[in-house]
Amino acid sequence: MELLKDIVKPVLAGFSITAKRLKHDKVTIMYPEKVREQYPRTRWRHVLTRYDSGLERCIGCSLCAGACPARCIYIEARENTDEERYSPGERYAVRYEINMLRCIFCGFCQEACPTGAIVLRNDFELANYKREQFIYTKEMLLEPMPVREV
Amino acid sequence: MPKKVETIVLHDSSTPVIGGTERGGNVIVTSLETLVNQARANSLWPLTFGLACCAIEMMSTVAARFDLARFGSEAFRATPRQADVMIIAGRLSKKMAPVLRQIYDQMPEPKWVISMGACASTGGVYNNYAIVQGTDQVVPVDIYVPGCPPSPDALIYGVLKLQAKIKRGGAKTLSELKLIEIQPRTLETVEA
Repeated sequence: MELLKDIVKPVLAGFSITAKRLKHDKVTIMYPEKVREQYPRTRWRHVLTRYDSGLERCIGCSLCAGACPARCIYIEARENTDEERYSPGERYAVRYEINMLRCIFCGFCQEACPTGAIVLRNDFELANYKREQFIYTKEMLLEPMPVREV
Repeated sequence: MPKKVETIVLHDSSTPVIGGTERGGNVIVTSLETLVNQARANSLWPLTFGLACCAIEMMSTVAARFDLARFGSEAFRATPRQADVMIIAGRLSKKMAPVLRQIYDQMPEPKWVISMGACASTGGVYNNYAIVQGTDQVVPVDIYVPGCPPSPDALIYGVLKLQAKIKRGGAKTLSELKLIEIQPRTLETVEA
């Protein structure tokens, strides 16, 4: 009787908790095969967006570079001409570089941008082997041209 | 203007990569080397080296939701003598730098280093007199994981890239890797 009370009962009580947990769903996200849906305000890799016409939104004002607490954005602006037009404003960014290693993904650049050109989307797979691979140039950041409806 | 996108083929850790003889070197030893590289890559034991807030994400990487144990890296070692990979999680102050170097020297060969987060990789926002501007000034770094802090999946991606590097062994470029492409991904809903 003592044996039943002192040993069997607590063991059964312990295993009953295990048995209850067995029917729970698996919590693990099988990462490389499946990617979890990111939260709406997730901030990861930057994208330079375009208007529907295909013109770049970025006008090369350097406000994002000024707002950046890590000073990881470098911008070189140039005047638009009627023959060579990249953005609707007066100027466009001829060079737009972000050092992804120094960037802390705070989203201040996104807040500072007057035209909504730079946005932080949810591509988080940025790890790489060499430092040089983290200088993201304008070509890498720029969105592809929107598909024109014929 | 078409956008250039580099497609990175991730390796499914459950499927072994059988090495070919075209990589060069000894015909008999190449297969053995591939086997050794497989064993090394799939049992990376990290060293507990949390320096700042990135360590919180490093801890949750090992927890149930992301479960680094699926890639053989669950055994975080508190002693450098038993560790293969050092995850530098957090900002490295100049006072800590000699300690980091000593711990790195105490790790047995072969050893790898993951620089996790903006502060460990470059200094991040802490561009000041106290913080080392990039841990690669102190130890050789194999993988940089950007982010502040990197989410657990971003760190797992870094670990997978490190595994790919170890498995590559003698191969020089990524295209030389005969990796198995994984299935198209499906998005999983998360409960907030």
